[in-house]
Amino acid sequence: MKPDDILRVAEREAEKQRAYKSRINVCCSSGCLPFGALQVLKAFESAIKEYGLEGECKVSRTGCIGTCSVGPVALIEPGGFLYQNITPENAKEIVKRHIISGEPVKELLYANEAFFKKQYRLVLRNAGRIDPLRIEEYIMVGGYSALIKCLTKMTPKEVIDEVIASGLRGRGGAGFPTGQKWNFVAREKATPKYVIANLDEGDPGVFANRTLAEADPHAIIEGMTIAAYAVGAEKGYIYVRAEYPLAVQTLREALKQAKSMNLVGENILETQFNFDIELRMGAGAFVAGEETGILASIEGRRATPRPRPPYPATSGLWGKPTLIQNVETLANVPLIILNGGNWFAKIGTPKCTGTKCFSLTGKVNNPGLIEVPMGITLREIVFEIGGGVPAGRKFKAVLVGGPSGGCLPESALDLPIDYESLTKAGAIMGSGGIVVIDDESCMVDTAWFFTDFCVDESCGKCVPCRVGLLKMRNILERIMRGEGRLEDLDLLQELGEYVRDVSLCGLGQTAPNPILTTLRYFRDEYIAHIVDKKCPAGKCFRLEAEI
Amino acid sequence: MSREKRINFATVWLSGCSGCHMSFLDQDELLIDLSQKINLVYSPLTDVKVFPDDVDVTIVEGAIGNVEQMELLKKVRERTKILIAIGDCAITGNVPAMRNIINNSPEEVLKRAYVETADKNPIIPTEVPKLLRRVLPLNEVIKVDYYIPGCPPPASLINYVLTEVLAGRTPVMEGKAKYG
Amino acid sequence: MSGTGVVKLKIDGVEVTANEGETILSAAKRAGIKIPALCYLDGLSSYGGCRLCIVEVKGSPRLFPACTTPVSNGMEVTTDSPKLRKYRKMTIELLLSEKPHICAICIANGNCELQDLAREFGVDHLRVEREWKSQKIDLSHSFLVLDNNRCILCTRCLRVCDEIEGVHALDIKMRGKDSQIIIDIDDDWGSSISCTSCRKCARVCPVGAIYVRDEPISRTKNKDIAQFILLRRRR
Repeated sequence: MKPDDILRVAEREAEKQRAYKSRINVCCSSGCLPFGALQVLKAFESAIKEYGLEGECKVSRTGCIGTCSVGPVALIEPGGFLYQNITPENAKEIVKRHIISGEPVKELLYANEAFFKKQYRLVLRNAGRIDPLRIEEYIMVGGYSALIKCLTKMTPKEVIDEVIASGLRGRGGAGFPTGQKWNFVAREKATPKYVIANLDEGDPGVFANRTLAEADPHAIIEGMTIAAYAVGAEKGYIYVRAEYPLAVQTLREALKQAKSMNLVGENILETQFNFDIELRMGAGAFVAGEETGILASIEGRRATPRPRPPYPATSGLWGKPTLIQNVETLANVPLIILNGGNWFAKIGTPKCTGTKCFSLTGKVNNPGLIEVPMGITLREIVFEIGGGVPAGRKFKAVLVGGPSGGCLPESALDLPIDYESLTKAGAIMGSGGIVVIDDESCMVDTAWFFTDFCVDESCGKCVPCRVGLLKMRNILERIMRGEGRLEDLDLLQELGEYVRDVSLCGLGQTAPNPILTTLRYFRDEYIAHIVDKKCPAGKCFRLEAEI
Repeated sequence: MSREKRINFATVWLSGCSGCHMSFLDQDELLIDLSQKINLVYSPLTDVKVFPDDVDVTIVEGAIGNVEQMELLKKVRERTKILIAIGDCAITGNVPAMRNIINNSPEEVLKRAYVETADKNPIIPTEVPKLLRRVLPLNEVIKVDYYIPGCPPPASLINYVLTEVLAGRTPVMEGKAKYG
Repeated sequence: MSGTGVVKLKIDGVEVTANEGETILSAAKRAGIKIPALCYLDGLSSYGGCRLCIVEVKGSPRLFPACTTPVSNGMEVTTDSPKLRKYRKMTIELLLSEKPHICAICIANGNCELQDLAREFGVDHLRVEREWKSQKIDLSHSFLVLDNNRCILCTRCLRVCDEIEGVHALDIKMRGKDSQIIIDIDDDWGSSISCTSCRKCARVCPVGAIYVRDEPISRTKNKDIAQFILLRRRR
């Protein structure tokens, strides 16, 4: 296929879609499936058939819209009517009243405007709006035109310059400038070069990357192919957790389609550019998402990280230059190419451009997947988008950045969200997990929970992470049994700083965050456990005294 | 030095082999100098039954294995200004703590020792103090001021640390402290 | 790993010339500056796991393992500082507390690199509680013994078996705190089909985790074996 052929695909698809007066997008993402999304989809389809509306209304299986707590949900266009808690029974009702009579079923509509008000959807632009399993729909909404633009009108250097101008930074957590990373790989002489899309999202309660892959797989594939063109890579791997079966299935199908349209593979769009993408599944180790752990895993070895330097850009997969990017980073790329780096740089803050997806969970009224511009405050996320903590409870803390994030108190809520200010407060951007904690939770217990997760997931290669974290967890257990001593707090602090500074990889370097931040912001709770032998939230002292 | 200026000195023997006390005695002629500076107020080497009040320096050998030792150690800590843990048992648990490997269970330890390996009269004794679930080093129970590792620590190291401590200085352990 | 270029750097204020691609540890060694290390061994690939050889590099807030970090021109390295000493001491304390190490009854007593480091750094007690979980002791081989209770997971044995003997009979199973050295696919050593019984693993073990039965450990241990064999091969 040639670029013009792709444009024709878009035209044909647009024509096809125009024939429909309305469209019902049923979310069939991992969040809605357990609530019976497939039955709802079937119910919509049979209702449409029953009323003989097949030519007028299109029922589509789409990805996630973000309101995961009220599934199954469906979006009806035109008008953007979002229905919640749909059952096969009221699906028919919706068809009858909304589609046929043109009167939205008010009692079933998602009423919470605030959830979407402060969101800004770039990465999730197509989520819930197109059928992820049909490449034609992605192409229709402008998909792959950025790739065409790169291959036909831009040199690799121009592509990199555009990404540099955008100020885009890695969304995997560390926030390294993306364009700069591409430059490092591009200037390496050794071949072949590789591109890895990191979709090993292992943090408990975090589901942003999964949602992206399930809702818009081609955005990842397109971003990745553009990256490969920019750095001169000829082989790519999408590394995805095996625990994400729907994401795996969606990506596999999307890759097949992209290959059949010559958007991935040899002589892409009849140019000289070759780039093949292979899907690799992780076997369950959390640390395999660390960038050198991912290398070991793809090479077929134990997923243990190795020290950097040398960085993967110079010595990555099989010792060759390798670009590793989180899938969210890659999904931004087509937009930057189409709209220009300067356009992107205006979104967010000057040092931290663009948007970030967050998985908002915990004790909050509107949990779900959100995408917000950088620089938004935690207060806006928790209390406006999230709608605050449920009635009767009081906000206590918010854990930002997954299991190795930091627990921030009320006083930190007005921080604008960007990589630097979060790190300064003791948290991290990490995978974009936000867990809201209310006054029912004990902060010592909370710190223990996340530390215990990291103890389990430590690969065991370096001493601070393998032994240091274990000892920190054990000290917490001692405190939770009522056997703690005040000196334990200094020891925890010292161990925490040691594990942070001396560990080999990002897992160990950030794992002490929950303990260090709770020591910093909620020290009184530790002291209550140690001195008064009391757990203010009434959670601890369940473990049997040991001596 | 006049008798009035001597400090009250004690030695305590918990779960250990008494090898550290032997090594203490191995200071040989240096003991004569030491004896000029101290009053030995409590020790397995003497016949004092009750640990006295107002002890300036106590050295403790051995780990804590039973409730009686636990009680004694807490009393020692209360009544001592400077407490020195001497030998690996007091510092890490060492050989007495090897029983911790057996499921942290004193019942199984007693069964193994008094029943399974007994030639005759396989009975678990009841008149002895109750064993703790785990044998503990001193610093897991009380605050320890100085440590002299070794199994046993060499007499020269014991003498060095005591000399420094009695002179009011902090001993430098880098390059000196060897376990085992 | 020797490159073509030559770089100049400063280690502890001393001007040092090194080959491009060489590690800080190797450059320091030639300059007569000793950096403590446990997992590193001359002649084997660098592992970067024990974190004892961490050094400070001017201009970076991070600490770098000297055994894996390549030198670069103008680099200023500090190998000893109060902070580094404190952290190294902590590493030794943690290693001693991770397993039921009992020097008094260990075959390596007096010939142990961990024990020596504890002495050097004045680790006279442990501030963290010790673990007392017992782990597998493999006595099935006719003269080699693997005692996981004493293993510090430095992987010198794995690497010497893989890189020098060329067999890769040893590996690690599980992860994190549960990591253990295994023979083949977690078989008994005595029934291993790949082990050549060459003893190199016992020779390089820094502690008493792998040893030769009925042989004084001072005769078994040989830290230079890997480098020695490599040099012989190059002749």
